[in-house]
Amino acid sequence: MGFPLLLAIIVTPLVGAVVVALLPAARTEVAKALGYAFTGATAGLCGYLLWHFQAGDRGFQFVYDQPWIPGLGVRFTLGVDGISLFMVVVTGLLFPLGLLASEKYITHRVKAYVAWFLLLETAIMGIFLTLDLIAFFVFWELLLVPMYFLILGWGSARRKYAATKFFIYTGLGSAFLLASTLVLGFLHQADTGVLTFDFRTLADWNGLSGSAEVLLFVGFMAAFAIKAPLFPFHTWLPDVHTEAPTAGSVVLAGVIIKMGAYGFVRFSFELFPQASVDLAPILLVLAVVGIIYGAVVAAMQTDLKRVIAYSSVAHMGFVILGIFSLTVIGIDGAVFTMVSHPLTTGALFLLVGMIYERLHTREIGEMGGMWNVAPVLTGLFIAAMFAGIGLPGFSGFVGEFLSLAGAFLYDRPFAIVAALGVIFAAVYMLWPFKRAFAGRASGAVVRMKDLDLREIVVVVPLLALSLFLGLYPKPVLDRIEPAADRAVRNFERKTDYRSPEESRDRRDTERRVEREQRRAEAREGEK
Amino acid sequence: MIAAAPIATPAVDLWAIAPIIALVATGVGLVLIRALLRRNQAVTPVCFSVAVVGLLVAAGLLARQWHRVRDDGPIVSLADMVRVDPFAVFLGIVIVAATLAGLLLAYAYLRREDLEAPEYFALLLLSAAGMLMMTTANDLVVVFVALEVLSIPLYVLVAFDRRRLRSQEAGLKYFVLGAFSSAVFLYGIALVYGATGTTSLSGIATFLAGNTLFEQTTLLVGLGLLLVGLGFKVAAVPFHMWTPDVYQGAPTPVTAFMAAATKAAAFAAVLRIVLTAFPQYRDDWRPILWVLAALSMLVGAVAALVQNDVKRTLAYSSIAHAGYILMGVYAASSRGREAALLYLLVYAFMAIGAFAVVMIAAPGPDDAKHSYDDYRGLAVRRPVLGGLLIFFVLAQAGVPLTSGFVGKLELFGSVAQAGETSDYVLLVIGVLSAVIAFAFYLRIAWTLVTAPDDDTAVAAAYSTRPRRVDGWTGIVLAGAAALTLVVGVLPGTFIHFARDAVFF
Repeated sequence: MGFPLLLAIIVTPLVGAVVVALLPAARTEVAKALGYAFTGATAGLCGYLLWHFQAGDRGFQFVYDQPWIPGLGVRFTLGVDGISLFMVVVTGLLFPLGLLASEKYITHRVKAYVAWFLLLETAIMGIFLTLDLIAFFVFWELLLVPMYFLILGWGSARRKYAATKFFIYTGLGSAFLLASTLVLGFLHQADTGVLTFDFRTLADWNGLSGSAEVLLFVGFMAAFAIKAPLFPFHTWLPDVHTEAPTAGSVVLAGVIIKMGAYGFVRFSFELFPQASVDLAPILLVLAVVGIIYGAVVAAMQTDLKRVIAYSSVAHMGFVILGIFSLTVIGIDGAVFTMVSHPLTTGALFLLVGMIYERLHTREIGEMGGMWNVAPVLTGLFIAAMFAGIGLPGFSGFVGEFLSLAGAFLYDRPFAIVAALGVIFAAVYMLWPFKRAFAGRASGAVVRMKDLDLREIVVVVPLLALSLFLGLYPKPVLDRIEPAADRAVRNFERKTDYRSPEESRDRRDTERRVEREQRRAEAREGEK
Repeated sequence: MIAAAPIATPAVDLWAIAPIIALVATGVGLVLIRALLRRNQAVTPVCFSVAVVGLLVAAGLLARQWHRVRDDGPIVSLADMVRVDPFAVFLGIVIVAATLAGLLLAYAYLRREDLEAPEYFALLLLSAAGMLMMTTANDLVVVFVALEVLSIPLYVLVAFDRRRLRSQEAGLKYFVLGAFSSAVFLYGIALVYGATGTTSLSGIATFLAGNTLFEQTTLLVGLGLLLVGLGFKVAAVPFHMWTPDVYQGAPTPVTAFMAAATKAAAFAAVLRIVLTAFPQYRDDWRPILWVLAALSMLVGAVAALVQNDVKRTLAYSSIAHAGYILMGVYAASSRGREAALLYLLVYAFMAIGAFAVVMIAAPGPDDAKHSYDDYRGLAVRRPVLGGLLIFFVLAQAGVPLTSGFVGKLELFGSVAQAGETSDYVLLVIGVLSAVIAFAFYLRIAWTLVTAPDDDTAVAAAYSTRPRRVDGWTGIVLAGAAALTLVVGVLPGTFIHFARDAVFF
């Protein structure tokens, strides 16, 4: 085993958090510099990971394995595949940008802020990289702590309510996750005599009775649906988004709410294939309701940040729709949306944060006429908005299209109703845009400054990346597809579910996998 | 001539009871030193040093016992009344550590509260001796004697702050209810003796294994009364009523000592009695423990939500923790015992750490102000102290990378392993209780990081000079924090330690 890259990705921010926490409180500039250094280093490691990831491989790469809690058979197992790869990379990208965006916004207790922020990155990386269910739960639960203190310490007026709601609500979900995980592990032990929480081992085991599988699936779902957030478990999201500091919102929208969808693909699918197939229609209905409901409610909001928060509910509906279409295309689209949504929504949250810093309000009614006063801001907002709506050319379109295509193949009505959400998206974004940016400037808006270079540097990479992936999604899809293919094959192997033939060109996939394998062998041979 | 019939005295293995002797001797010695030195200036430092040395000696003896019983099997002595096994030594170590913490915390505290009296140290050590006796007891009579030896000094310690009414009230309450529970326990012993003809734990087990009782009521009522009596000591719902008042009223070092050590000792008796004496009756006592565990977890967590006093909140949380540990006893498996032991160890340190911060952080001249308002903004004004309290309450909440998480994981795991539907129900109750508990632990954390309002009363409380952390308290805090963190991150060693200790 070579350099433990994945371990380094998790540990680097943790080390940073500890180092920053030990600094004297007065040295804010050192804390900031270290924050950039450690998030930057993590981003570098993620870039290295992306570069060396083998595109055609269906399994886990860079696997790292260490015993951790001996009595319970808990191991610290890390691994990355096409589904987690991009979540890790996006996380690595968002954190330095989030820190850069906080530059002006965070003025008090900078040191503590940076330390919590770094700890948050550790927790998120851990969630996406561990393959052991207990270790996964550890990071899943650990995430709540920095998030709680970030909202509490640097949020807006109703931050206590939001922070507590976030912690209790998601904590409730994870309680069921923990209980189900333990029950699953011990059922496996009772059957095979081996106590392990490595999900790959548990996924290979077929000893669950049907009702137990459904109950455990529901237990896992409680955690994932709340975090996703799937309608009707989404109510924490707008509150938390509104009260969280900008960087917190960006991370929340960017990666935290993807964890639920990730959990479904990674764990629920592999561990409970039969229950996943049986319950897919229910989840699809909830996803479609979420798409429509999120869009309608977003259109009703008077607070610009809440508009975007509810739009996230709708977007996550598309992700769940794609996942539970149980087709390769759908899962491709869902994971692609999970990659693209952080870019577009992240940019939108950053821009709203910048508006808030200038006007000290997020009420759309108190804006108006920003177009004339701040053309650069408006231009970027327009780009981010269209990216968010899913205009062809931006990454949002690719993901939504594939998700819808997957749902169409699974059962047409789902796709037809969900497609309305795309139209609603135009409504809820364009309407507030008109009110906030068009018209005559008045009040505080008149004296508003346009974006400075730092702010442009924060936003532009996200939009550029979104545009690039919208025009040329192949590199990302190439890496997602083997993992999505594995998930669907898993269903076909373990259940009587058969994915629709049209959902993929299987020969094409297989050919590519073989080609990549040959290439890999050739590379090995050269060495 | 009347020939004196020889009186058969049982063989005494002094090794078996050496730690208890060390503590009792030190305790009695302290009283003597006090009598000799009278009002000499040096009396408190001298007594403190002697007490520390006595505890360290006891700890050393326990460490020796640990190796001996692990390698050569348990030492049974005094006509089968004392049984020193890894289980007893493990809990003995926990108790001695907690006593040491109670001692170190008290040194500066007693001076600060103008309560300087070396009797405190003597009482603490005598109570600890009773606890050690409890862990090694293999006979119901010894359990009872140990219960009294540990309780009576505690009654005095709780009421030690003689100028504070709450402390007096707490002492009286604890005494009345404690005496009541002792009486109930004694009645239980009588009934069990009536049914089986022996008070020896292993004797009861042998009798029950070899005979079938036609009339079981006596035995079952006796077993029930034993559990009620011990339920008081572990503070399980519905026998918890004294806990909040006593924890709140007692001097804070005593509260820390009680939360950590008394729990360990009482659980030692619970585990030994149900698992050694009544293994055949597990279908009878497991439902009782199920109810006690479920009620403790739920009532403790919910009641803690509505408290306005930090010490009271922690008292209710200790009730919830008793419920978690009862889950391990309920599981009645080797894993459950291991989990309960591990949790008693980690909870001792989490509780001591939290109460140690509480002891320092409370504003005002005496130990009475513990409302949430008094703690507002502590983490902002004193980042290290406030941060430590946040860390300890998060550990008690069971946040990952703290010992509380590993402990809860083991306990929940032991119930999950049991595998019946009722076990799963208890598991769900347990995790839900943990979520409810999050709410009040977070409330403490929130209070600590929020700056105080411009309220004159609060402002006045903070105008007093902040209390410095004395060296001994610093040692206790550092030790508790280190252990809490290490068990959370690298639990391996401690899990092996607890696993070695499950053997009776």
